[in-house]
Amino acid sequence: MDATLTLVVDGRPTTLTVDTRTTVLDALREHLDATSPKKGCDHGQCGSCTVLCNGRRVLACLSLAVAHDGDEITTAEGLAPEGERHAVQVAFLEADAYQCGYCTPGQICSAVGMLDEAAAGHPSAVSGDVAAPPTLDRTEIAERMSGNLCRCAAYVNIVTAIERVHAGETAR
Amino acid sequence: MKPFTYARPDDAAGAVDLVAGDPDAAFLAGGTNLVDHLKLGIASPTTLVDVTSLTSDRIDDLPPAHGDTDGGLRIGAAVRNSDLAAHGRVRAEYPVLAEALLQGASGQLRNMATTGGNLLQRTRCAYFGDRTTPCNKREPGSGCSAIGGWARYHAILGATHEPAGQACVATHPSDMAVAMAVLDAQVQVLGPDGERTIPLEEFHRLPGDDPTRDTVLRHGELITAVDLPAAPIATSSTYRKVRDRASYAFALVSVAAAMEVVDGPDGPVVADVRIALGGVAHTPWRATRAEDALRGGPATDEAFRAAAAAETAGARPIESAVGGNAFKVPLVAGTLAAALRTLAHDPSTDPTEEPG
Repeated sequence: MDATLTLVVDGRPTTLTVDTRTTVLDALREHLDATSPKKGCDHGQCGSCTVLCNGRRVLACLSLAVAHDGDEITTAEGLAPEGERHAVQVAFLEADAYQCGYCTPGQICSAVGMLDEAAAGHPSAVSGDVAAPPTLDRTEIAERMSGNLCRCAAYVNIVTAIERVHAGETAR
Repeated sequence: MKPFTYARPDDAAGAVDLVAGDPDAAFLAGGTNLVDHLKLGIASPTTLVDVTSLTSDRIDDLPPAHGDTDGGLRIGAAVRNSDLAAHGRVRAEYPVLAEALLQGASGQLRNMATTGGNLLQRTRCAYFGDRTTPCNKREPGSGCSAIGGWARYHAILGATHEPAGQACVATHPSDMAVAMAVLDAQVQVLGPDGERTIPLEEFHRLPGDDPTRDTVLRHGELITAVDLPAAPIATSSTYRKVRDRASYAFALVSVAAAMEVVDGPDGPVVADVRIALGGVAHTPWRATRAEDALRGGPATDEAFRAAAAAETAGARPIESAVGGNAFKVPLVAGTLAAALRTLAHDPSTDPTEEPG
């Protein structure tokens, strides 16, 4: 069964006709040549397909494209204007927050979404008092990023990169 | 994945009509569980009816019930887990619920998963998700691979062990539902015959002689909201979860607890308590035996452990050379005692605290 839908990918509206079984991840990678979101597990367990959907971090592999008609999808490629880098991308470079790089676009999109959630005052599982405004320290960052696995285990520098962005040490 | 037709009706009643009229149709909400099951081939609806925008995504104040000064909350079925956990009244008045949500899944999944969908999550039993193995929940009469198999995440209470063709030791995976069990939540449902309210405690069912059914919902019935009654006791509540890694994992054992402690002549006394357990049964397990054992008695670590023992007296752990679950009986005791110590606010009940 085919469906025709529009995805606004990195600011560009694109109308496409796909099988209803197509995930947002496959629509991006196989139909729209947006290959920065990666297919790791394809079952919602690794986070490498993380994109922003209408500004919030989600897993593209568990999202059916047909259910996202009209939605704005932002991949790591679309976080900053053409030719520029987002502060989180700069921080990942400066902190050496990756090794093989496969999980990195998902880590970066997840970090961007996570920083917005923290700025909005969302608590986490390690916030001592769930009713109090959270303080984004290394423990909080690690917990909030737990949905993104890195098999090279670059976690220490990923947390450092995000910590620097949060502290305003990296210009956006 | 089998081909399916996608439908997005104009309203919830239209969605109910579509699903109720087609035994092979299913509702789609956040998709975090169902889309995975489509890929695994353990769900194969021919029509998916998207209800994401058809139920409320708001959290509204409920008027006080008769005799109460405060009202509870109505949580729309489409409210995302992350928004529910971040809500001011949930954090202040129902901390057990915010904590449970935040200990479930990952940030991305919590942004996708809905309140209604979370209650309808299916078991994470590895054999249920693997079509190459026998599973009575997936294929009635085929047997239960977890009994004698890898049963680390499986039930010790209320499971069906015999006959082989009906056996099921699966657990319900939701953290949110365990918290809602101590909040006496009420599930609002719209069906082809109209609306009805199902107490959360009666919403999920034990496997009994039909492990294919997780809940009492009938085909075509749609969750529209979950109501939380006002619960002053819940301001002193917490959720404690034990898992194989520190984050982003399902519960081996979890405890949702709310407790009111008052001073007695011989020390603190449990005035009232509500306890539910996760990771131990086919349902969020309201621990009424433990509650009865504690109510009116001393708020001591010894009493907390005795209450856990009362609850697990009928436990039937699974023996297995490749991963049994007898460890859950002492783990329930330790986790329950730790949760209640947190709520007792009295270091003297905590054997890990050195007297000053």
